[in-house]
Amino acid sequence: MNALMLLIPLALFLGGLALAFFLYTLRSRQYDDLDGAASRILFDDERPRR
Amino acid sequence: MRGLGLDAVYARMTAAAGTLRPQGPPAFAAAPLARDLGNGAHELELMVSGLTCGACVWLLEQALGNEPDVTRARANLSSRRLTLRWRGPAGRADEFVRLIARLGFRPAPWSPACLRAEEDAEQRELVRALGIAGFGAMNVMLVSVAVWAGSDMGEATRALMHWLAMLFALPTVLVAGMPFYKGAWRGLRAGRPTMDLAVSLGVLLTTAMSVSETLRNADYTWFDGATALLALLLVGRVLDRAARRRARQAAAGLLALQEGTVTRLEADGAARPVPPEAVAAGERILVAAGETVRLDGVLEGEEEAVLDLAATTGESLPRHCPPGEAVPAGGVNLGQPFTLRVTAAAKDGSLAATARLLERAEGARGRTVALADRAAGLYVPVVHAVSLATFLGWWLLGGVTWQAALVPAVAALIITCPCGLAIAVPAVQVVAAGALFRRGVLLASPDALERLAQADHAVLDKTGTLTEGRPELLPGGAAAADDLALAASLAAASRHPLARALRRACPDAPAATGVREHPGLGLERDGVRLGSARFLGLGPDAADGAASGAADPALTLWLARPGHAPVAFRFADRLPADTAAVVARLGALGLESELLSGDGAPAVRAVAEASGIRDWRAAAGPEDKAARIAALVALGRRPLMVGDGVNDAAALALAHVSVAPDGATDLAQTAADIVLRGGRLAALPGAIALARRARRLARQNLGFSLVYNLVAVPVAVAGLATPPIAAAVMASSSLIVILNALRAGHADAEAMP
Repeated sequence: MNALMLLIPLALFLGGLALAFFLYTLRSRQYDDLDGAASRILFDDERPRR
Repeated sequence: MRGLGLDAVYARMTAAAGTLRPQGPPAFAAAPLARDLGNGAHELELMVSGLTCGACVWLLEQALGNEPDVTRARANLSSRRLTLRWRGPAGRADEFVRLIARLGFRPAPWSPACLRAEEDAEQRELVRALGIAGFGAMNVMLVSVAVWAGSDMGEATRALMHWLAMLFALPTVLVAGMPFYKGAWRGLRAGRPTMDLAVSLGVLLTTAMSVSETLRNADYTWFDGATALLALLLVGRVLDRAARRRARQAAAGLLALQEGTVTRLEADGAARPVPPEAVAAGERILVAAGETVRLDGVLEGEEEAVLDLAATTGESLPRHCPPGEAVPAGGVNLGQPFTLRVTAAAKDGSLAATARLLERAEGARGRTVALADRAAGLYVPVVHAVSLATFLGWWLLGGVTWQAALVPAVAALIITCPCGLAIAVPAVQVVAAGALFRRGVLLASPDALERLAQADHAVLDKTGTLTEGRPELLPGGAAAADDLALAASLAAASRHPLARALRRACPDAPAATGVREHPGLGLERDGVRLGSARFLGLGPDAADGAASGAADPALTLWLARPGHAPVAFRFADRLPADTAAVVARLGALGLESELLSGDGAPAVRAVAEASGIRDWRAAAGPEDKAARIAALVALGRRPLMVGDGVNDAAALALAHVSVAPDGATDLAQTAADIVLRGGRLAALPGAIALARRARRLARQNLGFSLVYNLVAVPVAVAGLATPPIAAAVMASSSLIVILNALRAGHADAEAMP
């Protein structure tokens, strides 16, 4: 019972963290171009910044 | 362009997208579209057609990013949207658009239709709901599994677990179920029960029953079932939505290519770009070289104009229009710029008339009811009737309390959850559409896949579909290699189809400077002449003597230089080598092919014989084509129409399923359900086989769901189902259905013999 008192809030906290992170990725439009994201990982050089 | 390290990319791009086509000048003025961001910065959004692979994205972003003052160049591969930001005047937009065109893409203004297709608020809401439902379901399941496993659990601990599950489940059901509740409410107000209503009822009833069970401190609650059901159904919704969104984007992209501006000559002599809709009859517009004529008009001035009317009439050779002649919209100016007095505003013009014809045809084609909707229509009432009967049976006949009677009734409802229906078909469609996309087959309407699978008759247009629709130099003429090189260097100055064919035949010849073009006749430089026999002053006899055999004079070019006998180059509209094989494979799939062309009988017969088509009709106008399709439909056939011209558009819209190559006219592409990238028919038989396999798998999945329910429902009705059993049934059936759907992408072995 004591273990539960610790573990349940812990599980909740971690799960909530993941949910918040997911909502952040959704809000920053990371799912808008799934096809492009698949190839973008192959672009090895950063474009020179000006 | 060199110096960006792009050579390797070109190799990859050419491999991925076929050939790089140099495109004409942009057909629209981009500068007015640039948005002022303040501080002298501007932003431009474009739809970039031809953006088909990761390497294209890289190339585009690199090339634009290396332009001075560009602060942001970001391309979206899914929607083909390009966002460009730069510091400097708005006028640079045109420069960027030209650069994009030079790289081989087709830029177009980012139209509101594109925006609507991409800015899919509903999709984002669904994904958010899925995330929340997934989170809720996982946590509820965690607690529930503890209850199921802990047989020695104390009563107080179990109660705590149930309350915890309720704590998670109530907000999850409330928030993540919103898309379904909204849909159900919309359906109710419209007076028809929908799938959403069934889902909402199931989820809300299960939750309510579980709350009551928690308060009663019963052995089991069903919160896990309700949340897992929501999560699984949302997966199906998201998949379905993604497939539709892709189709909508393809359609919106095609529409955007049609838009553009025309150059209006104002009373004060200035030339201003305006949208075609803004031009009234009687005003004058300037048509630049290479520009598409967007409005009907009468040619003004002294010079004759050379127009490529392949898109509107199907003629493969340019037409020479003398001053004063009516020029239809849709032609491409191959010669000098000319002035046109507009005779009809855009909405009354010939293009609009064709578009209206198209709309009528679209309306006439009965929408096929999608397989999943048909199944849902049968399925939902039965499930609800069974559930209600279970409740009444236990309560009235079984003699238990109404709360206890609710448990088996809701168990029946949740065990027969329409997961099979909700996931089975969309998953198959997403996998199949993805596999087709990778082969260059673009589905432009959501139900194209189902209709493609049903096709049993193929109607093919000749020009641009079976043949390449452009003349190619015939080998083995009388011309020597240096004649060809000289002719090709002269031909670089002209956009005439025969001149371009010469360039293709000898691409390395340096482009000659100082070439004078005599429209309709030929080219001249320092006494060297390239053109028709008439231009070179050759009589018909001399022409016959030089050209071995009777060549079509319209498909022959002559080269004359001082001190040499004239040399002839002969051209023909060639049939790709694999055409006969494609027709044979269509036949093997049970599709009888027929040829329907606007060309004359001899040309059509020759193509039909070469490609192995027995049934052909020549000299068919747009009405004849549409009538032939309508006749086939009346006979109960399901014709597949392949065509690329404006004259095919009505027939395309009437056909059960229609296909256009991507080099087709915009109108034909808009009318088509399916667009073939690379313009090759070779992908078509494979696409049909894949569509059929997808249909078979979707049916298997539906059948599988049915069998599952036949076993599970009696168990639930008998009151034997517990939440662990329901969870196992739900998860395993969904998994099996999804795994089965994944096989839709692996049709290569049988589709590509």
